[in-house]
Amino acid sequence: MNKRVRRRYLCALFAMIVLAALAATVEAKTFRWANDGDPTTMDPHARSDLFVQSFDANMYEPLVRRDRNLKLEPALATEWANVNPTTWRFKLRHGVPFHDGTPLTVEDVLFSFKRAVAPGSDLAAQLSAVKEVKKIGDDEVDFITDGPAPILPNYLASVAIMSKAWCEAHNTLSAATLKDEESYATRNANGTGPFMLKDRQPMVRTALIKNPNWWGLKDQPIDIDEVVFTRIESSATRVAALLSGDIDMIYNVPPQDIEHVEKNPGVKVWQTPELRTMFLGMDQSREELLESNVKGKNPFKDKRVRQAFYQAIDEESIKTKVMRGFARPTALMVGPGVNGYDSSIDKRFLHDPVAAKKLLAEAGYPDGFQVGLDCPNDRYVNDEAICQAVVAMLAKIGVKVNLLAQTKAKYFTKINAPGYQTSFYMLGWTPGPLDTLHMLSNLAQTRSADFREGAWNEGGYANPALDELIKKISVELDSEARNGLISQALAIVRDDFAYIPLHQQIVVWASRANVELAPLGTNDFQLRYVKLK
Amino acid sequence: MLAFIIQRLLQSVLVMLTVALIAFALFNYIGDPINNMVGQDTTQADRERLRQELGLNAPFVVQFARFVGRAARGNFGLSYQQARPVGQIILEKMPATLELSLGAAVLASALGVPMGIYTGLHRHSWVSQGMLAVSLIGVSLPTFLIGTLLILVFAVLLGWLPSFGRGTVVHIGWWTTGLLTVEGLRAIILPAITLALFQMTLIMRLVRAEIIEVLRADYIKFARARGLTSRAVNFGHALKNTLVPVITITGLQLGSIIAFAVITETVFQWPGMGLMFIQAVTFADIPVMAAYLVIVGFFFVIINLVVDLLYYVVDPRLRVEREVAAIG
Repeated sequence: MNKRVRRRYLCALFAMIVLAALAATVEAKTFRWANDGDPTTMDPHARSDLFVQSFDANMYEPLVRRDRNLKLEPALATEWANVNPTTWRFKLRHGVPFHDGTPLTVEDVLFSFKRAVAPGSDLAAQLSAVKEVKKIGDDEVDFITDGPAPILPNYLASVAIMSKAWCEAHNTLSAATLKDEESYATRNANGTGPFMLKDRQPMVRTALIKNPNWWGLKDQPIDIDEVVFTRIESSATRVAALLSGDIDMIYNVPPQDIEHVEKNPGVKVWQTPELRTMFLGMDQSREELLESNVKGKNPFKDKRVRQAFYQAIDEESIKTKVMRGFARPTALMVGPGVNGYDSSIDKRFLHDPVAAKKLLAEAGYPDGFQVGLDCPNDRYVNDEAICQAVVAMLAKIGVKVNLLAQTKAKYFTKINAPGYQTSFYMLGWTPGPLDTLHMLSNLAQTRSADFREGAWNEGGYANPALDELIKKISVELDSEARNGLISQALAIVRDDFAYIPLHQQIVVWASRANVELAPLGTNDFQLRYVKLK
Repeated sequence: MLAFIIQRLLQSVLVMLTVALIAFALFNYIGDPINNMVGQDTTQADRERLRQELGLNAPFVVQFARFVGRAARGNFGLSYQQARPVGQIILEKMPATLELSLGAAVLASALGVPMGIYTGLHRHSWVSQGMLAVSLIGVSLPTFLIGTLLILVFAVLLGWLPSFGRGTVVHIGWWTTGLLTVEGLRAIILPAITLALFQMTLIMRLVRAEIIEVLRADYIKFARARGLTSRAVNFGHALKNTLVPVITITGLQLGSIIAFAVITETVFQWPGMGLMFIQAVTFADIPVMAAYLVIVGFFFVIINLVVDLLYYVVDPRLRVEREVAAIG
């Protein structure tokens, strides 16, 4: 069965039939919502998947969290600072109880960090800079790093604090490793957050209730008493469930349905630009491309060819035709909301097929050439359609692109380390800690033999001057100086045509008209912002 | 008889082994689950170690052998996605699928047989023509479209029935049933109709064709000549003799109903084995996929066996032949 065909059918149906408005019958303060994924584990350390982490963050809290504008704000820590270049000191909040009533202590913080880097945790790689965590008195804790770590607090925003006593009592001192059976914490939860786990049916339904003892209640009252989350994978069914009033809010609304959903008077659509940047990458490391008719040399090593590809692609058309307006064209590899984004250099090179054709001729390919394009078809919004548009646009400058659209399970195996079996590919990237450094060190830094640096630099772009700059950025503690360096790095990536940036997607959520939400660019859905009228 | 059943059960083992072998040969083409299991910051070394630990580097024949070895001891392994034993997950999902499939089968026969009889007996009435025309829609529209249409009309426009899910379920031991609550009964209506429509059409057309053929037979003519009422002729003689092929097809279709439930369950987010299978495919959750395919294979064998046994009940000639053979 084809998802796209199904969507198209539904689309046509909606267009034919004017939907009658339905009086929504909302039960007393129960909020029901649906998404196409399932928060596969309640254990906040087990997976670094964004949806899982975002769901679990309603029950578990970190030391610092993100506010409505994605700025760091105090959560379980009230303040934090560098006491010396390699030490971050956090002061713990007083009087915070876990859901089971036991009070939060420094011991819980020490324990949680240990658990978050133990085997079984998927967060360990993000925290590799931390050498030691030390207790300083009853309410302070020091994170000692092996060098200056300017964005450690960003990473700690995704490390949930668990109760040591509870984990010991239920024998879940570390998250279950991926090859082993689940642990007690997979389907049970005991955090400090605004919601408590009531009922968990994996892959089907998860119910939460309000935590009446939450420390944050005095500043931020929680409006809903109960939350029921249901997984609905078929986007047509998800939209129908919202329109029929069975569900109060859905996210991941397919772009082609947004217009019809919006026309419905009982329903509201929420939008905000997402932090994920979609881009095209090119193999610039091999002497000869794997999938091309050019033999003996690699055309992408020539900057003019990369520029020609860039200028041949009409991102405005992709935005209006493929994305139906739900995209923000970008010249940089990070978007607004990511620390280091610089609007003064966010200027795209012009779409100019004539100039592109000339560049190709100068580079020695007056008649173009053939190249394979790898593209996922179940990963990003309209991923395959974007690639098809790219194929058509490059055809106009004589480049024959052979598109290989495949499922993400196949796609990532092909293009990722250690093989990097691709010549030309489309990928999306969200910098997890919301800092440009994360993008630079993963996508733009020269690949190291142990894949620690440039792990996702599938095209093998290498620029020693940029590497130096990235090293400076990673240890600079003065944020103004640091952001200056980041701007330089972003400009190098842009002007070198290391990648062909396309756009940032727009996050689209939809809800019944009586729901108030705070959509975030991270697609991170925090229930504490939900209000029901 | 017992020997026959045992022989068939042994055959079922062979069927399941074949299904599993083909499945494992195909799993090579669905990609690598590792990327779905870890985050983007997980190091290459950790990914490689996990791949090694899960045995994903081994050739498919070795993976197949390991699977069979474990399955023989009743262990289907752990789901990559949920980290729970696959056997447990399947037991959890099975009631939903069986209730939906049986509901659809009952619906299909309860409507299909009377409609088939009616259209067979009154071939030229406009009611029959209407039924046949409508039934064409049943065979020609794809299941997901019928399901989406039903949701649109009965959930979105009319607001009578829920658009997804199974409603409230009641636990009876390990079995969960939605048939004992009002929400559960309301929830099963649309998916059951969706799943039943194709089978209903098939049964109706089959019964109709059989009836028309039987009515031409000599013994029906003689029955009429003897002055029997048309009621006795139609139901006592004609209908009885159309039943053997109908039972075969209906029974065999039960297997495909369970298999086709994949699509219906996806459209209605029905938490059964079909939906579980689709979820497993997108995640490349190999243990779940393998176990599902083997179990569906097993169902097919069992259903065929039951159908074969039903012949003896329905068709007296078979019993006679066997007795004669036994005496001889």
